[in-house]
Amino acid sequence: MGLELYLNLLSQPSRAVYIFAKKNGIPFELRTVDIIKGQHRSKEFFQINSLQKVPVLKDGDFILTESSAILIYLSCKYQTADHWYPSDLQARARVHEYLGWHADCIRGTFGVPMWVQVLGPLIGVQVPEEKVERNRTAIDQALQWLENKFLGDRLFLAGQQVTLADLMALEELMQPVAVGYELFKGRPRLAAWRERVEAFLDAELCQEAHSLILSTLEQAAKKTLPTPPPEVYPTMLLRIARIP
Amino acid sequence: MGLELYLDLLSQPCRAVYIFAKKNGIPFELRIVDLIKGQHLSDAFAQVNPLKKVPALKDGDFTLTESVAILLYLMRKYKVPDYWYPQDLQARARVDEYLAWQHTTLRRSCLRALWHKVMFPVFLGEPVSPQTLAATLAELDVNLQLLEDKFLQNKAFLTGPHISLADLVAITELMHPVGAGCQVFESRPKLATWRQRVEAAVGEDLFREAHEVILKAKDFPPADPTIKQKLMPWVLAMIRFSLLLVMYAVPKEKQHCQGHSLACAELHMKLETRDWGKMER
Repeated sequence: MGLELYLNLLSQPSRAVYIFAKKNGIPFELRTVDIIKGQHRSKEFFQINSLQKVPVLKDGDFILTESSAILIYLSCKYQTADHWYPSDLQARARVHEYLGWHADCIRGTFGVPMWVQVLGPLIGVQVPEEKVERNRTAIDQALQWLENKFLGDRLFLAGQQVTLADLMALEELMQPVAVGYELFKGRPRLAAWRERVEAFLDAELCQEAHSLILSTLEQAAKKTLPTPPPEVYPTMLLRIARIP
Repeated sequence: MGLELYLDLLSQPCRAVYIFAKKNGIPFELRIVDLIKGQHLSDAFAQVNPLKKVPALKDGDFTLTESVAILLYLMRKYKVPDYWYPQDLQARARVDEYLAWQHTTLRRSCLRALWHKVMFPVFLGEPVSPQTLAATLAELDVNLQLLEDKFLQNKAFLTGPHISLADLVAITELMHPVGAGCQVFESRPKLATWRQRVEAAVGEDLFREAHEVILKAKDFPPADPTIKQKLMPWVLAMIRFSLLLVMYAVPKEKQHCQGHSLACAELHMKLETRDWGKMER
């Protein structure tokens, strides 16, 4: 059995891994794990990842979790173009610097609007407006840092070429974009960065990777999203309860 | 000017960077940035790191933030022994995996344990409800269990038979709740023996030196009102970020965390609605 990637394209880190593998022509078996249907909580998937999260990589007997670890593993094993994870000491340090800040300030924050507008209502939960506002402020602050400290007057977040940092960032930003947040309005530098990244990745690949997330709002309106089974409710409620 | 490291040993990630540099004989100028005096909030330090956080590294004109980035930079530049971050693809991936996981889980619960148990009540004079504290400690417990079950398992060190950056980052984090007086190792023999191995590998003198400050955290004198006013917005922002937890499906802790989130929210609302611009007391 070759490389397997356990993914869900509703998940930001899953999309980053998917796009990276596809863009670099890395052969893999896609194993879709439907989170809404609760497939991540199955006994079978528990054998793959006891933390019950995606993405997960399985390469023969070797199982690896955490999207940044997976991306670095793939870039090294398949010897992708240097710019993704540059061998230059300082350039690579900038990628890790971004990924560290991303874990604190982007991850967790940018996923909230999807919970507020789609996933919460799917199980009949309304997130209080006060929390929605607080999240909006957090998103705004993070975008300011993203634009001013990381992008600055560079072409990309960690330098003059696309790196893993841009991929991780783009996929997180797509989450609130998918539910109508106009993140790039009034932020021309960031908007131009997004266009550059998407142009580099290729419009068709982006469309393919983003189609699911971009259709969630419409699907929710038409009531065509899958119904979460009861056993998924507790973890969904827990995630919602943690929205500050 | 050679390598400069801007650190405060009160901070978990700073301790990891300090120990790593010292252990590997990396020459550096230590620049102390005293967090409880608010030195990280100064304009001078903003020149070094506009994000106003430690650790920060300055190597000539090159400035770098984020502890994992700094550790990896030092590792590569100074060509330290391979075991810290192995060349082997899969062994290295294990270290990357731990370093990514800990960021949103163990680090946050260790930080909160310190602040909820000691820093808020003792240093800042802000009481924390028993419910909030209990929930914080319960969550720490969950993450300690994950550390043991998913990462350590039956190995000598977190990612294999040798110490790595993963162990260094983990141990420095766990010393936060230890400094707060939590019984982290007493009921966990596996973690306790792992700790002994890590300390021995790092060197007991160096380990002790790096942890002198955190082990005295309980004895910090209360902050004077000016300092408290200065620090509060930063503290609230820092601890709030630690509320943004990534969902993990461990059934028994659901209850704790739901209550925890509510209790934390109450604590924060109470603190945030005060006008820190005016002098209190």
